[in-house]
Amino acid sequence: MRPGLSRSNLLALACGLAFLYLPLLVLVLHSFNAGRMVAVWGGFSLRWYGEVFANPALLAAAQVSVTVAMLSASVALVLGTLAATALQRLAGAFGRTLFAGLLFTPLVLPEVIIGLALLLLFVALGIDRGATTIVIAHATVTTGYVAVVVQSRLLALDPAQEEAAIDLGAPPLGAFLLVTLPQIAPALAAAWLLAFTLSLDDLVIAAFTSGPGATTLPMRLYGQARLGVTPDVNALSTLMIAAVVGALVVASAVEKRWRSRAGLRR
Amino acid sequence: MTMGLGTRAVALPLLWLCLFLLAPLLLLLKISLAEATLASPPFTPLLVAEGGRLALRISAGNYGLLFGDPLYRGALLTSLRLALAATAAALAIGLPLAYAMARSPAPWRRTLLLLVILPFWTSFLIRVYAWMGILGDAGLLNALLEGIGLIQEPLRILGTEGAIVLGIAYAYLPFMVLPLYASLRRLAPELEEAAADLGCRRLATFWLVILPLARPGIVAGALLVFIPALGEFVIPDLLGGPDTFMLGRALWDEFFANRDWPLAAAIAILLLALVLAPLLLLQRQQAKTQLFG
Repeated sequence: MRPGLSRSNLLALACGLAFLYLPLLVLVLHSFNAGRMVAVWGGFSLRWYGEVFANPALLAAAQVSVTVAMLSASVALVLGTLAATALQRLAGAFGRTLFAGLLFTPLVLPEVIIGLALLLLFVALGIDRGATTIVIAHATVTTGYVAVVVQSRLLALDPAQEEAAIDLGAPPLGAFLLVTLPQIAPALAAAWLLAFTLSLDDLVIAAFTSGPGATTLPMRLYGQARLGVTPDVNALSTLMIAAVVGALVVASAVEKRWRSRAGLRR
Repeated sequence: MTMGLGTRAVALPLLWLCLFLLAPLLLLLKISLAEATLASPPFTPLLVAEGGRLALRISAGNYGLLFGDPLYRGALLTSLRLALAATAAALAIGLPLAYAMARSPAPWRRTLLLLVILPFWTSFLIRVYAWMGILGDAGLLNALLEGIGLIQEPLRILGTEGAIVLGIAYAYLPFMVLPLYASLRRLAPELEEAAADLGCRRLATFWLVILPLARPGIVAGALLVFIPALGEFVIPDLLGGPDTFMLGRALWDEFFANRDWPLAAAIAILLLALVLAPLLLLQRQQAKTQLFG
């Protein structure tokens, strides 16, 4: 095979990546624009960032979002890890397909369906809607994502290690906690981060399952975006993009370090 | 011994999923068969005590309305049409990109893959919102076209069905590219060389050799775009106009504006059925690939 890429392939790469990134680039640039108009450059300014931090409603919404995301990601991490472990050990057992179907359904279901269904449940059970119900909804949806990430790591492990620990007298739970869990730790971190990001990002399910007093950042952002493009929304969006990119850089650095410490196994 | 841990591990997630996923979906089905009334909760019970006996009161009226009323039938057709168009657009953009990625030198591939996945990690809402600034009447695209003298009056792009299709294709492009890439990676480049040696032109090779072999990836990618597009609510609302009425919007309006919970539930069940059909197709296709692959 030829070493480089043909011209048409390079063109496809350039166009595809430009399509993916140009809109975000425009948005970020506009957040530093002193003027209000998207298409007119009015000079560099940080005033819209000042307005974001001077807006108490936005800051409160950000706090709700981060709290909900941390709690729901933690619940989903426990549920998803248990589910992935169960899926691996119950291979061929009765009802495994059904359980897997239930677990992975939220990955493909349109959000409006899950949002409405959960809202109807909360009404039927008489549960007051608020931050707690958003946490429950997000945990339900992201458990499947956690299970996918953890399962792929579990499959790469040698089951003989845990069996050896049990043969040497460790209780099954102890063998799991001491032998398997440390080895899947990076996958757990990645899964938590994925669940956290998904929760932070969600608008539709949160809108259905939240109540008065619990407004998340996407809900606030959506309310403003519906009114049109304003530079302060761009500034807020830029901050959120920066947060995600920062988190990903930290995560990949931690993973690299962990891998080199674990002795370059992969 | 390990079996015991598996059964114990399954208990908690199973209980959670039954309570917060299975039960709500069954409740959705139940309420879709009720009728709306002015009460709290605003729907009729399915089981009614009548003269000491329990009677089942099931109404198919909501589903009749969905298929009979031109408004809802229109929403269904618009959803299907725009979801199909967006899937085709994502395929048209994603296929050359995935192919070029798969044929890139090995050191590039990891970075390219990361670059395609990265937008998926940034907020969905922000990615849609970014297009508002580009497509609007005073947006960047119109300014650009006016600047080079191609148009005098700003084009109306934001608020059209085209903007919705573009937005959906953009937002779900990673879902299209990843399965395409996975399936194109598996193809040996020698196949193309063999076709070229036998006198096949490059475009013909792509059409006759690569596309048929990449079919599993195309089907998976198309479904991963089509399914969320069908129930999409945010993109039509932000990029579309008031006259584009899709199922997601219909569900939202019936629930929040009209307080017709049974009708909203019926729309959700209809969406669920529309989504499950292609999913079963995908599963069958995957089973087949495993059989022959």
